[in-house]
Amino acid sequence: MIDEPLRIGVYVCHCGSNIASTIDVEALAKFAEDLPGVALSRHYKYMCSDPGQELVKRDIREFNLNRLVVAACSPNLHEATFRRAAEDAGLNRFLVQMANIREQVSWVTEDREEALRKAKAHLAAAVRRVARHESLQRQFVQIYPRVLVVGGGIAGIEAALTLAEAGREVILVEREPSIGGHMAMFDKTFPTLDCAACILTPKMTAVKLHPKIKLLTYSNVESVEGSVGHYRVKVRRKPRYIDESMCVGCMLCIDGCVFTKAKFPNPFDQGLGTRKPVWVPFPQAVPPVPVVDPEVCLQITRGKCKQGCVEACGERNAFRFDQQETIEEYQVGAIIVATGFKTFDPSVIPYYGYGKYPNVYTSLEVERLLNAGGPTAGKLVLRDGSTPKRVGIIHCVGNRDANYHPYCSRVCCMYSLKLAHLIREKTEAEVYSCYIDMRTPGKGFEEFYNRVQNEGVYFVRGKVADITPVASQGNGKGDGASASNALIMKVDDTLLGTIRNIEVDMVILAVALEPQADAADVRRAFGISCSSEGFFLEKHPKLAPVNTASDGVFLAGACQGAKDIPDTVAQADAAAAKALALIDAGQIELEPNTAWIDENMCSGCKTCIGLCPYKAISRDEERKIAVIDPALCKGCGTCVAACPSGAAKQHLFSDEQVHEELEGLMSYV
Amino acid sequence: MSGETKGKLALYWAASCGGCEIAVLAINEKILDVAALFDIVFWPVAVDGKVRDVEKMPDGSIDVCLFNGAIRTSEQEYMAQLLRRKSKVLVAFGACSHEGGIPGLANANNRRQIFETAYHDTPSTDNASGVEPQPKTEVPEGSLHLPVFYDTVRTLDQTVPVDYYLPGCPPEADRIWDAITAIVEKKLPPPGSVIGPETTVCQECPRVRNEKKIKKFYRTWEIMPDSETCLLEQGLLCAGIATRAGCGAKCPQVNSPCIGCYGPNVGVHDAGARLMTALASVIDSNDPAEIDRIIREGIPDPVGSFYRFGLAASYLRRSKRGNGKAAETEPTAQAVH
Repeated sequence: MIDEPLRIGVYVCHCGSNIASTIDVEALAKFAEDLPGVALSRHYKYMCSDPGQELVKRDIREFNLNRLVVAACSPNLHEATFRRAAEDAGLNRFLVQMANIREQVSWVTEDREEALRKAKAHLAAAVRRVARHESLQRQFVQIYPRVLVVGGGIAGIEAALTLAEAGREVILVEREPSIGGHMAMFDKTFPTLDCAACILTPKMTAVKLHPKIKLLTYSNVESVEGSVGHYRVKVRRKPRYIDESMCVGCMLCIDGCVFTKAKFPNPFDQGLGTRKPVWVPFPQAVPPVPVVDPEVCLQITRGKCKQGCVEACGERNAFRFDQQETIEEYQVGAIIVATGFKTFDPSVIPYYGYGKYPNVYTSLEVERLLNAGGPTAGKLVLRDGSTPKRVGIIHCVGNRDANYHPYCSRVCCMYSLKLAHLIREKTEAEVYSCYIDMRTPGKGFEEFYNRVQNEGVYFVRGKVADITPVASQGNGKGDGASASNALIMKVDDTLLGTIRNIEVDMVILAVALEPQADAADVRRAFGISCSSEGFFLEKHPKLAPVNTASDGVFLAGACQGAKDIPDTVAQADAAAAKALALIDAGQIELEPNTAWIDENMCSGCKTCIGLCPYKAISRDEERKIAVIDPALCKGCGTCVAACPSGAAKQHLFSDEQVHEELEGLMSYV
Repeated sequence: MSGETKGKLALYWAASCGGCEIAVLAINEKILDVAALFDIVFWPVAVDGKVRDVEKMPDGSIDVCLFNGAIRTSEQEYMAQLLRRKSKVLVAFGACSHEGGIPGLANANNRRQIFETAYHDTPSTDNASGVEPQPKTEVPEGSLHLPVFYDTVRTLDQTVPVDYYLPGCPPEADRIWDAITAIVEKKLPPPGSVIGPETTVCQECPRVRNEKKIKKFYRTWEIMPDSETCLLEQGLLCAGIATRAGCGAKCPQVNSPCIGCYGPNVGVHDAGARLMTALASVIDSNDPAEIDRIIREGIPDPVGSFYRFGLAASYLRRSKRGNGKAAETEPTAQAVH
């Protein structure tokens, strides 16, 4: 094949009008006729269509073509299509090269002349490159039938359960002491007002009990190595100082702790509630195993304590004050990243006074106050213990705001309506909901909005400009909420066309959802990219919404973008299905673009060995040369670039191929 | 070259130091064998002969020409063309004709800069009238000619087609003998080949090597390296990893890092680029500022370090024209012979 004279077939795709409206496809096809080795050159309306592919196959057979160049869209989209077409016609599938004249040419200019010039350069590059292509064998690797799910919120829980129910092994890693995520903090869920705990905790328990799920809480993914089908994942397990296998979840140790009063802020309650050094975030925690906070536990900080906890634990003997951090390693075939979101910190907006005025709360804090399991047992009270009589809710805090996040978090209108409803239900308070636009486009959402309107909530269409305290006449203590701690919301009521100053006792800031603080680290660990706001990027916004640029890594939930619980659950199931489809295939085809060592050229200098990110290179001590394990090689090209003797080479990326491509490109620019 | 007719051999030097000429004699008494096999028809350094004698020879009448030196002047270019025409096999002999060699480093400057330095700026220059060499000078007796000094140094194969390459500064005697034997026995590799092993110096170097991680580069006078470990791992910029073998790793064996005279390995176009990418990969830091410091402090002369012999043949080839003072266009190649 390689010694035969070149007979390259060139096909220029119109892509309807996507390409043809900007590039003179006829002139381009004509141009290709004169390039060296080109046997025939055609242009066609849709190369990717069945007739388009048939054209290629027929030509290969009829005109004995031995190379193929398709000038069309990105190879990400249709390289596989044309490789398959070539193979169907008896041509090795790797004797095909695509020239991307759509994304890289026709979509980025309107100048027809320039477009044709650039398209010629791309086409010439592809023709010269493909002349140097060689037949290659397809390679397959086995897929390890186990899935890592990162994040134990509702997304991770759902994905893990779906996979486990399909009989697949799951490793579920959660960094907090319990799974449950944000959903476990909520009292009710919109728009159905289901009790969040009532619908979530059965799933949490199911995770705990499922024999196929290995649950690793209070743990972080430390590193990810390998690639699709065979990832090696290191998990850092923080010490709980309690042996999970010995603990029965009786919680007697918490009562037994020498601290009689819980005096440390509980992060699960957004700091509104308190906890002891030995604690669980919430009563239904899974696993129901307390953790010891090493920063405040007397035994750990001072090495001296009466150890009431240990005494209470008694013969269950679960305490391990000498427990150390450990690293566990797991092999998995696929990964679902479900690391969730965090809420926007409104203290950076000076005019809302969060952190300055005690009665300005975030929505998540109020979720905890309204939750029966929260710090006030579900009672809405201000910091001084009094019940608010007037509550203001401010929508879009940190959202739809060029100074903070330009995007809409999708859930804030609805959770604000829910909070308004719950406040009306539980208290006598007047509720003023200040919104920019009310966004209720989900199933049952608009109906819920109507319902809350009918419940007597005051809706004010306008952005709140300022929160100021009511000028206090007295000594600041006053006789209740409204006297001295009351706040004025200054809002431009765009429906009334006037500026209103609304006096309230409590302000709730409906804060944005944003990427986790360590999202960038997580992103790098899993080799995925992010959108401009920092949420993880799906492979294609429409057609691959749970895939990522890394094969075998899928996304679920709010780490990919702000979304509500139903969307999160649906996406988690989609991610689980994708992971299932991958691992159930048993094996996966690899690009044959692996590196190899020309044994005669290798001088055994050892430059490459430490560089391989996949540990695929070792040294054959007998022959004193480097050896690459093709099963481990991912074709990243690091060794090829680094090899000083030119002995490390790469299929589909040989120096000759790349140089020819460059020569072709540079000849026409 | 049958037993009856001796072959005809020519040796020539262009922009070179003369070391290659001496290297030919380093084959010692085997030079007698050479004399037995060949008639030496042209060898200016050792045998009396005139260019016009060569001009009179029929084209293709010289069996082998060993041509050393780079192409710097119009005269050298003329000789390269002449000997190409007269020779069946033209061998680029030594680093300068192979890759430009040390003369090729002048491509970091241009002719104007070189003239400024050589005829005006150096402290020892006494040139009050500011005379510079001129290709043509009229005197009462007629015109005097000097070769044109080109702006760019070229390799032999950038000037005329070359059949084989014998790398090295100078080529090792054993390799010269291998080449002569190969020519005589007609066991030459495919035309265009470099005659020599297809691997790099490390293959021939007995030093112990580990995975390379470099925190600091040293210049040779800064440390006394141990004689066991890979010099590169000790922080000396040893070019052996990117340099074609064939020399027997003589320099590293005497504690001196390889300077890269044998050029790139087979299939590699630019040994300097290879060496740079390899070093970039083994610098033991992820901090851009630290990496910058390691390189700036340890490699003050990157062109001289990575392209000591290969600049003229590299992708870079020369400093950018029009960059810097008094750049000028290449003088026309009027053979002023």
